[in-house]
Amino acid sequence: MNKDLFKNRYDVVRIIIAVFAAVFLLRLGYLQLFEKKYDRIAFENAIKELEIYPTRGLVYDRKGELIVYNEAIYDIMVTPHIAKTADSAKICSLLRITMDDYSARMAKARAYSTRKASVFMKQVSLEDYQRFQESQYLFTGFDGQVRTIRKYPHHCAAVILGDVGEVDDNQIKNSNGYYKPGDYVGKSGLERYYEKELGGTQGKKFIYVDVHNREQGSFADAKYDTAAKAGDNLYTSIDIKLQEYGEQLMQNKKGSIIAIEPETGEILCMVSSPGYDPNLLCGAIRGENFKKLVFDSLEPLFNRATMATYSPGSTFKPMVGLISLNERAQGEQYTVPCNGFYAFAGMSLKCSHHHPWATNIEYALAQSCNPYFWQTFRNAIENPKFTNIQESYGTWSDFCRSFGLGSRLCIDLPSEARGNIPSVNYFNKIYGEKGWHSATIISLGIGQGEILVTPLQLCNMYAAIANQGWYIKPHLVRNMEEVHAKKNIKVTLPKNNATIDPQWYIPVNEGLRQVVESGTAIESKINGISLCGKTGTVQNSHGDHHSVFAGFAPKDHPKIAIAVIVENAGFGATYGCPIASLMVERYLNDTVAENRLAKQKKMIETNLIQKYQQGKNMAITSGH
Amino acid sequence: MRNDQKFTGNIDWLTVLIYIVLVLIGWATIYSAVYTEGLSPFNTAGSGTAVNTGKQFQWIVGCLVIGAIILIIDGKFFVTFSYPIFGFFIPLLIGVMFFGAMVKGQRNWIRIGGFQMQPSELAKFTTSLALAKYLSGLNVDIRKWRDKWKAFAIIALPMMIVLIQGDAGSAIVFVVFALVLFREGLESYFLIIGASVIFLSVIALVVPKLWYLWIIFAVIGGVLIYFNYKKRQLVYLITGIVLVSSIYVTGVNFIFDHLKSHQRDRINVLLGREVEKGKDWNIKQSIIAIGSGGLTGKGYLQGTQTKLKFVPEQSTDFIFSSIGEEWGFAGSVVIIGLFMGLLMRLLYLSERQRSKYSRIYGYCVVSILFFHFLINVGMAIGVAPVIGIPLPFISYGGSSLLAFTILLFVFLRLDSQRLEVLR
Repeated sequence: MNKDLFKNRYDVVRIIIAVFAAVFLLRLGYLQLFEKKYDRIAFENAIKELEIYPTRGLVYDRKGELIVYNEAIYDIMVTPHIAKTADSAKICSLLRITMDDYSARMAKARAYSTRKASVFMKQVSLEDYQRFQESQYLFTGFDGQVRTIRKYPHHCAAVILGDVGEVDDNQIKNSNGYYKPGDYVGKSGLERYYEKELGGTQGKKFIYVDVHNREQGSFADAKYDTAAKAGDNLYTSIDIKLQEYGEQLMQNKKGSIIAIEPETGEILCMVSSPGYDPNLLCGAIRGENFKKLVFDSLEPLFNRATMATYSPGSTFKPMVGLISLNERAQGEQYTVPCNGFYAFAGMSLKCSHHHPWATNIEYALAQSCNPYFWQTFRNAIENPKFTNIQESYGTWSDFCRSFGLGSRLCIDLPSEARGNIPSVNYFNKIYGEKGWHSATIISLGIGQGEILVTPLQLCNMYAAIANQGWYIKPHLVRNMEEVHAKKNIKVTLPKNNATIDPQWYIPVNEGLRQVVESGTAIESKINGISLCGKTGTVQNSHGDHHSVFAGFAPKDHPKIAIAVIVENAGFGATYGCPIASLMVERYLNDTVAENRLAKQKKMIETNLIQKYQQGKNMAITSGH
Repeated sequence: MRNDQKFTGNIDWLTVLIYIVLVLIGWATIYSAVYTEGLSPFNTAGSGTAVNTGKQFQWIVGCLVIGAIILIIDGKFFVTFSYPIFGFFIPLLIGVMFFGAMVKGQRNWIRIGGFQMQPSELAKFTTSLALAKYLSGLNVDIRKWRDKWKAFAIIALPMMIVLIQGDAGSAIVFVVFALVLFREGLESYFLIIGASVIFLSVIALVVPKLWYLWIIFAVIGGVLIYFNYKKRQLVYLITGIVLVSSIYVTGVNFIFDHLKSHQRDRINVLLGREVEKGKDWNIKQSIIAIGSGGLTGKGYLQGTQTKLKFVPEQSTDFIFSSIGEEWGFAGSVVIIGLFMGLLMRLLYLSERQRSKYSRIYGYCVVSILFFHFLINVGMAIGVAPVIGIPLPFISYGGSSLLAFTILLFVFLRLDSQRLEVLR
């Protein structure tokens, strides 16, 4: 009996053991044979897809000088779960952060993942990183990751070159998964316009990672990996020395300088002032500096050369003259009596200064005689060959548009203002079809009124005048064809014909020569260089007149067309013209003659910033 | 000598074979778990897990030597000195709490030179000796309360000390001696009560609100009483059971709420409850590792989950996940088969003993090995709580390998001498 009971219990024990074994086998069968998801999870655990970032293309100026390059910086990564023992006090002192900051950064990393590495500190300089590396054995769980940031060794041309920053959500959404949060792309300027070329193509790499997200070798012998393709270099038309000089001349002034090589349409420099050092928007300091620049009342981020629009003022007079001559509305030797004022249609308009009567267009330009150009404009509008003003003004405005005014020139920068050449419909709408005549729009004759141009358009107009009838679309990158050929889109730059008969440029250009030789800009004469151009004193509603000069040099075979606008600075001859003449001299002669150094010094030292911050003075008279 | 010739002939070579196979599988798996390119399986230089395989090899050699020595020693030595050995270990277990070395936050290691040993591992062996000695005594009857208490005390004393040491995992192992007592005649209701306790504990934790259970017990009790209201004694019994059960589940809830948070998390993980992110990481990764093994596994040294350290403690507590990942279902079945073979073989050997001492000791061996197997594998596949105890013969660790070797080989020695014992 007893023995039986014990034999029985032997079986019970055996059954208990067997039952558990059976449970285990069932569970294992379920896990290993039926449930398929674990295979995928294990794969996702162990294999990571890494982007390989290509190096961004470099940027050179027209003389081959490197103006944008990449510099290695380091992101310090942390894996919180193994970083517990790290010497936090030492890290704080090496990276120059406070203990509170350290805790905050750790908390952020921990919130992302305790077991995966995330950025502890972004964009540490090489120097800091090297010091950090020396003691890295003390910092388990901390690691460095190389990245590159842009460097601008000349500290200028910010509005041209632009900046690089993290992609925004829209770009990520529209990129078909190419961009990920934290990737860098061009945000403005050439960096943005040529993002495709500069950015290169990301590569992919599949690697094994361990639980701490550390690389443990490549997956499947790198069979699925693709290499990154480095970005193309840009060879720009910028003359970086000229650019630097221009920014120096424009310091502490609002305004812009733009220079174009008329023969090629290549932009030689584009200064927007006040500017900023493009290096301010690189690396760890970017965010803070960007905020500062955005809130700066002088708007340094605003590219005045392409985005600001102004009345061209007197710099528009050669255009008025050219159209009237071309339309045979008046001859070269046409005379307008000027007694200091101009009376017609019951109005009396003042001329700004006294000078002998202008007996031809050349002299009228040299003296910038307003009555002469009011009359010239009237002659074009009241031209008997047209039956009504719609026809005559329509023709007149088409001439203006053929010089690239009133619409975007579509240069290779992301943003550009269109300016304004008012249309026939515009005046019809305001005054009614019969309600307007030459007197209504007379101010257009001296470049005031509704006409608005960007400095870029103004400069391009003078390039066309310099070429005596054509221009090439202005551009910043010289190897544009080469760059685009790689994308199989051939872009040739057609010569845009400005529709004035070449013969009429002879008197007009002579007139522009006389402006500097004997006229309003005589003080900016440069020995040995035949500078042509026109001063402008542009009235505007924001205070003192803008000081403007637009021109080109030399007269024959012009090498540079230039437009300078100094906001609220007064007469065109006072700032615009001297700055332009210095730029031209510097560009053509590579140096500034000794007798003009005083002028250079004066221009550099002029500080108008305080003036901008004072109240706004309304302007009354119009221009020189 | 007649005995000499018998010596080899009476050893149960099947058990020895299974032992050697398990130990070698363990060694190979440890190598895989800590494998890095170019690592020698005999390497003992350096630090970290790189030395595990080499050290384990040294332990294996040492254990084989010790096993051989045990097979030479007269088994009567262990029978005679059961109590002194047990008695010697009690102060050692207590002393280690004050003078021992600290490993992983627990002061329960003895360190002599480069040699480290956890006395609590050997405590299972010494307790087995003492329990076998006591229960095999003349006139001892486990069914009598007088003797029951003494048997319980022999088990509870080392268990409590280990518990105080803070090693709850090793302490729980002592519960399995109940199986030995059961074989020796402990009344079945202990088994029933034991099963009921486990059942009540689980439902106490699973059911969201405590008063649901009170109501359910009351309703069941009410229905039973309604049908048996004439049998007064039965009514008292049912009422008692309902009351005790209600108090018990309330107690379980109370204790659960006052557990250390990591202990509570382990139970929560097991119950499939939401725990704070990352707390169920170990078990999840182990299941992923095993699940991704499929039928035949990813191949030796090819497991990503273990190789890339997603599974923690992969050469000790979670070594089964390495096997499951690299050898798949086939490998898992082999391991379970080997353990079943070993346990069943040992049960068979125990039952054939003439001496009560040897049989009881054999059951002790089976119970301990079974419990370790149950918890360790069960934990790796997510059906047992996370209790850090090694898989016998396979997990990395000198102490446990030595303790299991001694435990097993003493029984093999007793078995080889079974014919010398008169009934």
